[in-house]
Amino acid sequence: MSDSLAGRMGASSAASPYGQQQSSANLADILERVLDKGVVIAGDIQINLLDIELLTIKLRLLVASVDKAKEMGIDWWEHDPSLSSRARTERPEARGASRDDAAGSQVEAENARLRAEIAELRAAVGLPAAGSGQESLPGRPGVEHAEGEESK
Amino acid sequence: MTAEMDPATDGAMSYVYAVGRAGTPVETALAGRQGLEGTPLRTVRAGDLVALVSSVPSASYGAEGVQAQMEDLGRLEVLARTHHAVVEAAYEHATVLPMRLATVYLGDGRVREMLGEREPEFSALLARLEGHVELGVKVYADPREAVAVSSREAEADTTDRPGRAYLQRRRAQQQNHRATYRAAGAVAAGVSDRVAGIAEAHVTHRPQQGELTEAAGENIVNDAYLVHGTRAGAFRAALAGLGDDVPGVRVEITGPWAPYSFATPPEAGGGEPR
Repeated sequence: MSDSLAGRMGASSAASPYGQQQSSANLADILERVLDKGVVIAGDIQINLLDIELLTIKLRLLVASVDKAKEMGIDWWEHDPSLSSRARTERPEARGASRDDAAGSQVEAENARLRAEIAELRAAVGLPAAGSGQESLPGRPGVEHAEGEESK
Repeated sequence: MTAEMDPATDGAMSYVYAVGRAGTPVETALAGRQGLEGTPLRTVRAGDLVALVSSVPSASYGAEGVQAQMEDLGRLEVLARTHHAVVEAAYEHATVLPMRLATVYLGDGRVREMLGEREPEFSALLARLEGHVELGVKVYADPREAVAVSSREAEADTTDRPGRAYLQRRRAQQQNHRATYRAAGAVAAGVSDRVAGIAEAHVTHRPQQGELTEAAGENIVNDAYLVHGTRAGAFRAALAGLGDDVPGVRVEITGPWAPYSFATPPEAGGGEPR
């Protein structure tokens, strides 16, 4: 990054990094410092305390522990596509169809192969086929309907 | 919006970026520079202290205005980056205490009163931080990266046994996951040893998560160290190469920063504000 701050200790005229690191420094790093650190004194302008609390929590979500927020029952960001990649992919209208489908069919193909192999293995060791309750012969066809599987 | 703002206007309030000592370059160095809303920076002096301020319109910096700005990530970013840029520019010339974002007073008179009231506290902090900078150290664990390295060859000859291959892959992933986090922990533990003779204080920040975190992998350690400005190079050198030989583990050093993380009074507990 920039040596500007260290620079001032020696050369007095470090070429203006003002506006330089400014753009390169990570926003999360900056927010972490300007919001949470620094000298905290009450100015004349007070934001409603309750609101500050909410605000701080929201901002923390952007830079800090999501788990902690979830513990507190706060999860609105998961539904806000501008904040959450999960919300983006969950929302049908925001869904990048082509990519997801490609990934999905790959997973399905792998599932199919896995099911076939499991059936084979079960057959080999004499276990009943998958699909628990109803029996089909140890073998392949019965496995094809086990479609409930969510592939994480 | 309002590049027209006249500092003398009734509607203007005083936004405080930082506090420094009178008689240091902070009083003159930023003359001609602009702060928020494009208004010029100036200093307000009381006793031995000066505050670096600029006038801001009360419409956007009153209670509702500030809140609205903070609720909007785009505006918040402008606010935060501008605030930070002013602090940083000042810190290039003199040791200053960075104020928290959106510390706003009704006018310069109120800023003077505040400086008067806080004089002992601010003077002590300024003395402690004189000549020091803050360096951030973040350690990331990225098991996927480690897996990508290790499992490439394994995949080729198992395509006819996808089940076994899958299980092997899962096991390898889990082992990798654990190993990566363990390795990252070990790397993180090495940081404080390496900088022991260089850093003078240390605070732990919450690991960063969320959309604003641009880096790959999970941030497991997010610390800040207080280092004398002349030793910032030595600090970086001491950590050079740390983690480079550990797949899936990355060490990132940020700064030097104005010592934001050390400008809070000790009672605040350093890492975890309530």
